[in-house]
Amino acid sequence: MGTIDYTGRIPNNVDLAGDRRLQRALESWQPKFLAWWAEMGPALPTRDVYLRTAVSVGREGWAHFGHVALPEYRWGIFLSERSPDRAIGFGRHKGEPVWQQVPGEHRSDLQRLIVVQGDTEPASVEQQRHLGATAPSLYDLRNLFQVNVEEGRHLWAMVYLLHAYFGRDGREEAEALLLRNSGSEDAPRILGAFNEPTPDWLAFFMFTYFTDRDGKYQLGTLKESAFDPLARTCDFMLKEEAHHMMVGTTGVDRVVARTAELMREHDTDDIARYGGIPLGVLQRYLNFHYSVSLDLFGSETSTNVANYFTNGLKGRWQEDRRKDDHVLAEGHTAVETVADGRITAVETPLLVALNQDLRTEYTADCGSGVTRWNRILAEYGIGERLLLPHHGFNRAVGAYAGHRIAPDGTVLDAEQWAAGVPQWLPSDDDMAFVASLMQPVYEPGRVASWIAPPKQGIDGRPFAYEYVHLV
Amino acid sequence: MPPGPVRFDVHPDTYRHWSLEIEGSVARLMLDVDEQGGLVPGYELKLNSYDLGVDIELYDALQRIRFEHPGVKAVVIGSAKDKVFCAGANIRMLAQSSHAWKVNFCKFTNETRNGMEDASAHSGLAFLAAVNGTAAGGGYELALACDEILLVDDGSSAVSLPEVPLLGVLPGTGGLVRVVDKRGVRKDLADVFATRADGVRGRTALDWGLVDEAVPRSRFAETVAQRAREAAERSPRPTDDGTEGVVLKPLVRSEGPDGIAYTHVAVVLDRAARTATITVAGPGAPPPDSPEAAVREGAGFWPLAMTRELDDAILHLRTNENTLGTWILKTAGDSDQVAAYDAFLSAHEGHWLIDETRHYLKRTLKRLDVTSRTLIALLEPGSCFAGPLLELALAADRQYMLDGVFEEEQDEQDGDAQPARLRMTAANFGAYPMGNGRTRLQSRFHGAPEHPDLLADHAGKDLAAAEALALGLVTFAPDDIDYADEVRLALEERAALSPDALTGMEANHRFTGPETPETKIFGRLSAWQNWIFNRPNAAGPEGALRSYGTGRRADFDTERV
Repeated sequence: MGTIDYTGRIPNNVDLAGDRRLQRALESWQPKFLAWWAEMGPALPTRDVYLRTAVSVGREGWAHFGHVALPEYRWGIFLSERSPDRAIGFGRHKGEPVWQQVPGEHRSDLQRLIVVQGDTEPASVEQQRHLGATAPSLYDLRNLFQVNVEEGRHLWAMVYLLHAYFGRDGREEAEALLLRNSGSEDAPRILGAFNEPTPDWLAFFMFTYFTDRDGKYQLGTLKESAFDPLARTCDFMLKEEAHHMMVGTTGVDRVVARTAELMREHDTDDIARYGGIPLGVLQRYLNFHYSVSLDLFGSETSTNVANYFTNGLKGRWQEDRRKDDHVLAEGHTAVETVADGRITAVETPLLVALNQDLRTEYTADCGSGVTRWNRILAEYGIGERLLLPHHGFNRAVGAYAGHRIAPDGTVLDAEQWAAGVPQWLPSDDDMAFVASLMQPVYEPGRVASWIAPPKQGIDGRPFAYEYVHLV
Repeated sequence: MPPGPVRFDVHPDTYRHWSLEIEGSVARLMLDVDEQGGLVPGYELKLNSYDLGVDIELYDALQRIRFEHPGVKAVVIGSAKDKVFCAGANIRMLAQSSHAWKVNFCKFTNETRNGMEDASAHSGLAFLAAVNGTAAGGGYELALACDEILLVDDGSSAVSLPEVPLLGVLPGTGGLVRVVDKRGVRKDLADVFATRADGVRGRTALDWGLVDEAVPRSRFAETVAQRAREAAERSPRPTDDGTEGVVLKPLVRSEGPDGIAYTHVAVVLDRAARTATITVAGPGAPPPDSPEAAVREGAGFWPLAMTRELDDAILHLRTNENTLGTWILKTAGDSDQVAAYDAFLSAHEGHWLIDETRHYLKRTLKRLDVTSRTLIALLEPGSCFAGPLLELALAADRQYMLDGVFEEEQDEQDGDAQPARLRMTAANFGAYPMGNGRTRLQSRFHGAPEHPDLLADHAGKDLAAAEALALGLVTFAPDDIDYADEVRLALEERAALSPDALTGMEANHRFTGPETPETKIFGRLSAWQNWIFNRPNAAGPEGALRSYGTGRRADFDTERV
């Protein structure tokens, strides 16, 4: 062994240099990861990119900035610091010390949870690999790559858990994470939304706002896990996930601002001819990305998730702030379903309704984004507003799958649905139009016509900073 | 449940229920159950009915006949009580016992009766049931395990299987299977017989094939003696009347809260993990020069001593440690020595002690096959899974073999640590068949019947983990880095599964291929009897088992399942 300089190449706080098992696993996996990155990672050739690299979990270590050639990015392995007194916060093991090892009883469930989470991380890199060719500014290009390397690091984080705690099976699963590919016919990614293309930058911002936000909520439930290494891994990942949220939130902010600016300047809704994205198109993109992201929460009722909770594998969002017994053996909640052409509520045991609980938290969070964008519209004196569609709209998973729900929550028949779709979901024309706007702007300090420049740069640098050196 | 752990070491001098008399080549094993001698308070063993304690003595007597009295060629099983042969398992005992106790009790009694048939088939011992009076249920089943059944024809003594009509359960010791499979009784007559509470007497019993001879009371004793002499004369047992046997000295056992240490076998209990680790040590010295020398070694002869200890450990754990759901099987020692003993046993096939020892190990391994515990074999450096001891691993549900060495040991031994090896010998290809009549290799490779022949080419060679894995002899071969965790996870995972489902699943997987009366007896017992035992029609407050003897009639749920 020893072909890899572990501490140098792979910053970590898991004593990689002293862990033979991890070293062996990574010796085989790391070259495969690099090959995957070369094949499926960002397609645009660059010399270097101004990136944040985590070199430790401390205040000064987790955000270390500098220009890095992408293939030389140092993907690290970090867990939040261990708190020695941490106890299990929920389920039948509540109050017992957290687990430092995988209990055999829960091996396959934990492995599955980690694999499903891990599978989403490289998927988005694959979905976004061609976006570099049409970046609206160097600043945005840099953010795209930052998101990409961070998704890569999140993959590393999940792979670390598989390698360190799940033996041979874990190593095989880690390898399979590189073999499945987004949108692939033969070996697609596990979850539907991660096989959807991300064809343009508007889709990218919507994805980072809505779909990455699902990731945030999933990580939030795993952060509560009784399996401490998983909890600590996810806790640290959430810190990084916040950056993706920032890219999505401010990305949509800037598009909305530019749209509002053009509407006001030309006193028309029809700003397409001025190189802006009309509000209707924004709303349809929002509808699409929000609804496919909701599908990621799974069915409203789930006995699997009930078991995960009871067994301590996966908690609720902000479990420690919940004012209940954290066991949920008793108690019911209303779960909506569609019956006889109406949306009705059915009393359901709390435990099996946990997916709905998480989805509700998520929806509230998404709502705050919409409020924020509407505030921008108001600032420009624009009367129209963006809306979050009903959670039953355009769903393929759960209680609403197979039903047709309008954005306002009305249950529709097939004909009404077909008539409404062009107003509600991006049409081929919408996408062709957005694609036509996607012309790269690589000159420092300049930005594409359809988006406003950011209010501030990265790491105190100005917007005009040369964040990316192209080849 | 008894107040303390049940012990399986008894001696003819202190039997409470049986007497063993040897006269020349004939042994007489007479049942005279002490009504007050039940193993557990709460019932009286009337009419020569039995409980586990009675059967422990029977098992001991049979073992002693085989090892201590090699001159014996015929065994008469009779009763010392007038007009009563044996009324079978005690009903009150069954009614008050937990389900687990009943199942384990039936398993042991079945093994003992199978052991009698094993002695008939392989040791030249003829068993004669001298049925001098009522033989009901388990009493008749005991007779069924014999080669010949002589029934007194006195107009009142009957053989019967009254379990179905009286108790709403099944005969639990192979009665139904033996009536049709072994004795060839026509199935319609068997149906009449097994539903007739008072059974069948004299001439009819003979006509239906339920007994071999119906003998008038006046000539009964004389006829039994005569038939025993004839059977002894026909016996192929390769010994003379005066052949000196091997005394089965009391086992030396030191017990603590965490386990039991015998001379060659150690059992370590982990109550938190609910496992028992059984480590069998190989021989410490080469085999004796000759079978005669082995006889002189007596109960200390390694294969015999080791088997007795293993047998005792299995019975102890099965009866007294119900919640230890996984047994980890290990060995420690030198494969060359084990192989040398194996070669010694093979070379002297035909000598009575050698044969008895091998059959004993065979029966003990069969106990593992029908044990309702998960069996996991760990093949680690320093182990000696060779030949007969490899059968332990093959009996297991899974085998984990360390690929390479433990890094720590390597450091301690300056790089000289030897990896685990296993070794097949001729013993694995026929000497120790399972109850289904096939070797464990044949059972393992049921889907590839030619594979055992291919494996035979590897016999005699030490196989490292990678080879053993490639040949399908072990389930997993993790290396030092993974081994401890893989094993821990497997054990923890197992401990979390339903014990009932595991018992059923393991039994399904262990017995592949064709059935034999022996596998039918165990299979039927676990599938049907255990189900019936748990059904309200037997065990419910209104069920037949519970109402028996109360004068109340059972109130059945009439739905057929």
